[in-house]
Amino acid sequence: MGKITLKSVRKSFGETHVIPGIDLDINDGEFVVFVGPSGCGKSTLLRLIAGLEDTSAGVIEIDGTDATALPPAKRGLAMVFQSYALYPHMTVRKNIAFPLKMAGLDQAEQDRRVTHAASILNLSSYLDRRPGQLSGGQRQRVAIGRAIVREPSAFLFDEPLSNLDAALRVSMRQEISELHQSLKTTMIYVTHDQVEAMTMADKIVVLNAGRIEQVGSPLDLYRSPANLFVAGFIGSPKMNFIAGAEAQRQGCATLGVRPEHIDIAPDGPWQGTVGLAEHLGSDTFLKVDAGALGTLTVRASGEVTLSHGDKIRLQPQPDKIHRFDTDGKALR
Amino acid sequence: MATKASRSAARLMMAPAVILLLGWMLVPLVMTLWFSFRTYLPLRGGDQGFAGFDNYVRFVTSSAFWPAIGATLTIVLGALIITIVLGVLLALLLDQPMWGQGIVRILVIAPFFVMPTVSGLVWKNMFLDSVNGLFAQVARMFGATPVEWIIDQPFASLILIVSWQWLPFATLILLTAIQSLDREQLEAAEMDGATAWKRFWHIILPHLSRAITVVLLIETIFLLSIFAEIKMTTAGAFGTKTLTYLIYQRVLESQNIGLGSAGGVYAIILANIVAIFLMRIVGKNLDR
Repeated sequence: MGKITLKSVRKSFGETHVIPGIDLDINDGEFVVFVGPSGCGKSTLLRLIAGLEDTSAGVIEIDGTDATALPPAKRGLAMVFQSYALYPHMTVRKNIAFPLKMAGLDQAEQDRRVTHAASILNLSSYLDRRPGQLSGGQRQRVAIGRAIVREPSAFLFDEPLSNLDAALRVSMRQEISELHQSLKTTMIYVTHDQVEAMTMADKIVVLNAGRIEQVGSPLDLYRSPANLFVAGFIGSPKMNFIAGAEAQRQGCATLGVRPEHIDIAPDGPWQGTVGLAEHLGSDTFLKVDAGALGTLTVRASGEVTLSHGDKIRLQPQPDKIHRFDTDGKALR
Repeated sequence: MATKASRSAARLMMAPAVILLLGWMLVPLVMTLWFSFRTYLPLRGGDQGFAGFDNYVRFVTSSAFWPAIGATLTIVLGALIITIVLGVLLALLLDQPMWGQGIVRILVIAPFFVMPTVSGLVWKNMFLDSVNGLFAQVARMFGATPVEWIIDQPFASLILIVSWQWLPFATLILLTAIQSLDREQLEAAEMDGATAWKRFWHIILPHLSRAITVVLLIETIFLLSIFAEIKMTTAGAFGTKTLTYLIYQRVLESQNIGLGSAGGVYAIILANIVAIFLMRIVGKNLDR
């Protein structure tokens, strides 16, 4: 079981209101990703759920019982830290067994669970090494192993991949997703990387300045962002925002079109000059100077051979245009 | 770029410092070695020629030798245990966020800057004195008979004084070690269900092991040669004659430079054995 409910949870450090009030339901077995720019309060929110910080107001319920005042160890949650937080003087085996030892399990049960976790995470041949002798990815797996053995009702991940190199990050991302598939345990994952959020989440919570901007599945957020912030944060490269006359003509304050939803067409309504062209092989990203519309990013196929200074016409896909009012809210 | 010319220039420029240091160390060492093989009684005939190993044999077979070793070990071990245990506790305390942290930390270092002679005198006259001392006043306030600290508890008194002097050193080194501990490790242990005591025992203490060894090494080397505190308080009476004090007595009170020098050579050997032994422990710790 791992249903977590936040009811008007607030957190202030002195006069600074880091989280001015959040309501959120996390269902059992869900993979929830908190995403937002740095300083948006996502890590603080995770630490509030973990019990490492005390809430200033509000209620945190875990499986229907009020856990607001419970110490971290009593909440039945396991956390994987950004720095992995492995105990450097203990072997991998002792690191993984530490929570079991603290819980007072007998040696045989400890060994059984450590062996099991090690086999899931491909750590069996490293059990007698110390963390200092492991690579980044292996340390990450040990940290996850230490979380798994406790059989928690939910896992909390605090930017666990940010210390890994790009290639390793992709493979660890897949490993964590697979782990979630096989364990079916609730996971809450904090990241500032929207790619991680999009690829891993069942449900994304977009945070900005301590407030929830939007909650939804990755494709919901991609297809119908609720406001300018979410529209700009989700999706890579960023959505193009167009203000001014063109937006007014379409009856809104700001117009949003994703780079992949602009086609290069000889009879398109928008005209521009190609600035930078990034040829990635599979795709080509074009920065197009479109006069009054501003600079637009356009994603074209890898076959496009346009280069600096070429004049082109652009056609936005009419059903993929997002319109926002003066407050930045989406018009539907 | 270290060319041949610049390397020899560097050597040339370092030479005065190296020669000065070597001379500073070697001249007294050679003199001690030389005198230790001589019969040299300044007030009873002066230098009377070679004595072979007589001085060395006499020094260790003297009835004062083994008690002196015992006294040295008692004071060193007592002070080590107190400074390390209290040092860890004080470091934990000072690590807590509190109002006026900066000032408190400076105050904690203060005893380290007091000269040993001064602290010996201050402790003897202001705290331990059985008539005017603070401890005696407190004892009388409760209607108890004041303890004659220096006479009845000479080792406790000395260990108290020396520990008071060295506690700041231990506290400072251990405090910086505690501050270098990754907070996430403690939080992870807290999530893992470790109580405050278990976090201390399983996480903080192992993290401190290297700093503790360093404190142990440095303090041992300095404590083996404490002298001023003893001179100022018991003056070697009541069984508190340490190896250093015994050597001082042989040279200055018995006016037997040969015998004292032999004792000095023993002290050098002893200090080096401790140093090598402890260096190995530190080296092992640093390898991890």
